[in-house]
Order: sequence, then structure tokens, then C-alpha cells
Amino acid sequence: MTDILIMVLSTLGAIFILIASIGIVRMPDFYTRLSITIKAATLGIGCILAAAAIHFSEFSTTTKVIAIIFFLFITSPVAAFLIARTAYITGIKLWDKSIVDELQDRYDNNNNIPNNRCKEE
Amino acid sequence: MLKYFLLNLLLTFVWVALTGQLNYSNFLFGYLAGFFILWMLTRHSNLKEKQYFYRVPKALVFTMYFFYDMMEANLRVAKDVITPNYNTTPGIIKYPLDAKTDFEITMLTNIIALTPGTMVMDIADDKSYLYIHTMYLRNKQKFIRNLKDRTETKLLELLR
Repeated sequence: MTDILIMVLSTLGAIFILIASIGIVRMPDFYTRLSITIKAATLGIGCILAAAAIHFSEFSTTTKVIAIIFFLFITSPVAAFLIARTAYITGIKLWDKSIVDELQDRYDNNNNIPNNRCKEE
Repeated sequence: MLKYFLLNLLLTFVWVALTGQLNYSNFLFGYLAGFFILWMLTRHSNLKEKQYFYRVPKALVFTMYFFYDMMEANLRVAKDVITPNYNTTPGIIKYPLDAKTDFEITMLTNIIALTPGTMVMDIADDKSYLYIHTMYLRNKQKFIRNLKDRTETKLLELLR
């Protein structure tokens, strides 16, 4: 029973990470790449760590696993947010087929922002 | 609210110390027993005092719901990555916030960022708007309403 649970969890984790890495190659622009990578990798690492916790089934290991997952879930959205914001400000373009870009007006007349930044039309 | 949480923790530790088994199921059992005892003791107090006992189940339900949402969105993204055609229609949306304090906004941002396909790009200076990048944008109003009903109102119910 435990063996099956470990197998399922670690396989799921590996598959999520594989999908994230395929996504980096396949997705059309920077933002979709970023938004795929961060989450799938977080979930994958979470699954693998859970499998490790079940495998060892010790108090100390489980505590560490819970702490790691907790900090991962807290820090990775912040990292994603900062990377995305920096990318937008430095002028990395959205995909051509993007529908709307309502962030555009926010940086129009701001200082420090280059004017040759992404203009979709 | 905080008082009952601390009391509950104290009861948990008392239970664990008395039984002497340092494992998770014992902690969980101690917590549940403490929860039940405190619930019985505050039976006759007013609604504000009893808030804690409604919030713990709500928080559990919200966590389950969040993980379910996360898995669902992950599968959707995975399908899009593996199959040959792009199904994505990305866009950046201005989302009006109901959350007021920094803590509420941080929690909401974290939850939005952890659901695959959506990502927070920026926050307006007066904290009244979020700029969200989403991969599956069909209808702007529908997306905003969906996010508000499914996530934000529930989160605010829990935090306030």
C-alpha cells in the first residue's frame, strides 16, 4: 500500500516537472513560459517531497518536508511576480496573439520606462 | 479568535505531553480533542466569541478547494503543453480588488500565482487594482466574476 502511494506520488512529481520543462521549449512567449514553469515545478517538487516523507516515515524527515513545502509555496509566487514585473518594465513583448494588455496604460508616462516598450497594435 | 487558537494549541501540547507519543496522528487527535472541548465550553457565549469554531472548518474546506482548483488548472496546462496546437489566448487584465490590507492582498496574490495559467504582473499604486496575466482568456467580465466569486470572497470571509 505504502509502496504504491510512493510510486504514484514520485511519478506524478516527475511528470509535472517534465511537463514544465517541455513547456519552456514549446510556449510562445516569455510570460506563458514563466507562468507554466513556476507552478508545475512547485507542484512536482511538492509531490516528490511528499513521496520522500512517506518513504522514510520519520518524525524529523516529515517536519523538514512540511517546512520545505511551506516555504516553497510562499516564496515561488513572489519570485514569479518580481520576474514578470521586471520583464514587463524592461520591455519584453507579449505574444502577437495576446488579446488584451491593460497594463499598457500604466507605464505610458512614467519616468524610467523606455518608450520603445511593447506596443501591440 | 486568537485566544481560542492559543488555548487549543495549549490543550494539544498537554495531550501530547500526557500521552508521550511524539507523532503526527497524536498531535492531530490532541488538536481535535481540544477543539471539541473548547467548543463545548463556549456553547453559551455570543457569536463573536464562537467565531473561531466556524473558521477552522471553513479554512479546511478552502484549502481542499484550493488544491482541487490547482490540480484542475495544472491538468489543463499539461494538456496544452503536450498536444500539438496552442489553445492559449493570453492577455493582461485589470482586476478590481476588494481586499484592503497588505496581508489580504499578499494572500490573494499568492493564491492567484499558484494556480497555473494565471500570474500577477503588477499592483496599482493605490492598491485598488491587480494586473493579472492569464493564459486562458475567453471573456473578460466572466473571468473577473469567476475569480471574485470562487477565490476572493471566500478568502476575505476567512481572513476578516
